[in-house]
Amino acid sequence: MGKKALEGTKVLEYASFVSGPYCSKLLADLGAEVIKIERPGVGDKARERGPFPEDLPHPEKSGLFLYLNTSKKGITLDPKSTTGKKMFLELVKWADILIEDKPPKEMEGLGFTYEELKEVNQQLIMTSITPYGETGPYRDYKAYHLNICHVGGLGYLMPPNSPSLEREPLKAGGHSVDCACGVNAALATVSALYSRGVTGEGQSIDVSKQESLMNLVRVYAVAYANDKVNPNRGPIMGTAAAMGGLKKCKDGYIIATLAERPHWARFFKLIGKPEWDEDERFKDTLAIADHYNEIDPYISEWMMSRTRYEIYHQGQELGCPIAPVRSIDEVVNDPQLKGRDFFVEVDHPEAGKTVFPRGPYVFSETPWQGNPAPLLGQHNEEIYCQKLGYTKEDMVRLRESGII
Amino acid sequence: METNKRPLDGIRVIDFSQVWAGPYATLLLALMGAEVIKVESRKRIDGSRLSSLTTGQRFSGFDSSTVYNELNLNKMDICLDLGQPKAIELAKRLVTISDVALQNFRPGVMDRLGLGYEALSEVKPNIIYLSSSACGSTGPERAYAGYAPGFASLSGLASLTGYSDGPPFTMGGRIDLISATTSAFAIVAALNYRARTGEGQYIDLSSSESISVTIGDVLMDYTMNRRSRRRDGNHDEVMAPHNCYRCKGEDDWISIAISNDEEWRAFVNAIGNLDWARDEKFQDAFSRKQNEDELDRLISQWTINHTKYEVMDMLQKAGVAAVPSFSSEDLFNDPHLKERGFATELEHPIMGKTTVLSPPWKLSATPARITRHAPLFGEHNNYVFGELLGMSQEEIETLMEEEVIH
Repeated sequence: MGKKALEGTKVLEYASFVSGPYCSKLLADLGAEVIKIERPGVGDKARERGPFPEDLPHPEKSGLFLYLNTSKKGITLDPKSTTGKKMFLELVKWADILIEDKPPKEMEGLGFTYEELKEVNQQLIMTSITPYGETGPYRDYKAYHLNICHVGGLGYLMPPNSPSLEREPLKAGGHSVDCACGVNAALATVSALYSRGVTGEGQSIDVSKQESLMNLVRVYAVAYANDKVNPNRGPIMGTAAAMGGLKKCKDGYIIATLAERPHWARFFKLIGKPEWDEDERFKDTLAIADHYNEIDPYISEWMMSRTRYEIYHQGQELGCPIAPVRSIDEVVNDPQLKGRDFFVEVDHPEAGKTVFPRGPYVFSETPWQGNPAPLLGQHNEEIYCQKLGYTKEDMVRLRESGII
Repeated sequence: METNKRPLDGIRVIDFSQVWAGPYATLLLALMGAEVIKVESRKRIDGSRLSSLTTGQRFSGFDSSTVYNELNLNKMDICLDLGQPKAIELAKRLVTISDVALQNFRPGVMDRLGLGYEALSEVKPNIIYLSSSACGSTGPERAYAGYAPGFASLSGLASLTGYSDGPPFTMGGRIDLISATTSAFAIVAALNYRARTGEGQYIDLSSSESISVTIGDVLMDYTMNRRSRRRDGNHDEVMAPHNCYRCKGEDDWISIAISNDEEWRAFVNAIGNLDWARDEKFQDAFSRKQNEDELDRLISQWTINHTKYEVMDMLQKAGVAAVPSFSSEDLFNDPHLKERGFATELEHPIMGKTTVLSPPWKLSATPARITRHAPLFGEHNNYVFGELLGMSQEEIETLMEEEVIH
């Protein structure tokens, strides 16, 4: 074992599906000891979701679960019974950090508010990740990732340049939005951990997914308050259109983001029009925006006669910020990502060899780790017997009464 | 109990980054209490001072950009022309009194300037140095340049976002902010490590990787089953209904997602047991998914008769996940967000009263907060060079004349 960034940090996870588990995965992969609590018999909801190898559903083989729960230990526990509650509190006492995503009402009903848990563990850091936050009129409302995307002000803006405003606003692809909420919560959690190291004080952290998302569109979100404009999915104008044009080419789409004037000089060279660099009409980015329509047809035609990767590599050789829109297979087979060992192979006792992304950063001193996700209840004995002092006989009874 | 303490009090960050991804990372750290010193120069002004990359809006002068303000709250700003050797020396002196350095130049540029990790860790051995780039600082495409739309395109996320019959969507600057949050997380994780061991380190963050990791399960569908998923509007692989439906009003929409039969029955009941909703082709999740297009059409015919708030109230009362697709105006009129204090008004010396978003977390003991507007161009030259580095007014003026502080 090498050095780990968060080694020695003890985390209890009482969360399921994407945001909460992703938040604690980020900590676990950097070396924190994470104990994940799952519902006896059933487990995390992500276990029911694909992808599954060969499309055969199996609770131990869900790609979503295996990806979001690396490097954690798994136990089963139903904290609703008296004994279950007692055991939950023993785990809270052990932990530095509790990460949970339950509806606020449910935690209150269980007697697990921060104030109550603080009685058990004075220095506890408790991160609560909920759709709308712990307070306010919507706090008990429901939401899935689709709803979060839209209630956070993101969906209403998508897609810009919409073919028709009569068409519905969109969500972002996959579970990306829930993962973004998870990182936001993880940042607050490690900040509170840092602070605790200095002051000795724990605290509660209220993370609203709606507010997490709003922050990602912060420049648009405040537009109404500052400028009385209400951005929607309408046409992109001016500089933005000129620099952010998604272009169709021979085999798909390419995007050039020519934010600064020097990018345009390189781009003109790329498309065989170096003389445009001297042209008064294109003297700066604002001028280019004003005259962009005059050159757009030529650019479109030039793109259509070339493939994405031709344009990408030739453009980048010249220093043009340009990129192909990649399909999923292209991402997995990409030489750059291979060159950086971005995909790791992890052997899982039930699912076999699985391949997924490592973390999005490379630390020089404290490597990322991606140990296999736990089987349902895999670490019950280790945690309950070795950590909390229950006997093997206790375990049998706890199992039979459905507590673990 | 009111407190002025914040989680990252006492941490100093020197920020060489520009535009969106770097600045939002240091904004998050600044909201958490870190002292962030942003390095700009007349020769290299942060583009968001001049115009909005997303709306095309142009700002007059250097100090009237709402975009810049939104991304640089709480920070300090100095001007150093990094093309000059004397400026490099000053930057290094600042690094010796900092805990974190962050930059988002193309890989190699900072090394050439003499401000790479090697050079800076010589003057400050336990510095935490984060380099954020399009594709990372190793690998065959390490020198490739990019902005947010490129990260989304390379990551695979763009191909998953959009109408099923339309082009992919690269999602603009919000991609930068996901990458930025990842950077800030990595930095604070490294700060925890440093607090324990005294060691700093170098962090190589790839923005396109930071987006790919948010679709890990989709990538696994390929590594497991050789399946390349594509965009499909608001639809989900399993859940139906799962879409945005038109409501009464102008461009008003409600998002509705139903994950099981119990929620479906609650939905049918809430909309008054309409005949079509009781049709057996919608009675289990599998059938609903099979007949999704028809289902979407029928639900739209119901939602169009109600306002988005009416639909939300009716369905949430029944335990169904339904919330409007909020515009900026909606956010500012929403009673829930108002009660949560989601926005903060502050006075800007040039723009007057401006509104910015509040921090995206509520910490009970050491709350993140907004302490000031984004800095004016070069606003903190005197404080940073004078008070922090102990230079005399004369020295500072000489360097200004020499266009080192520029």
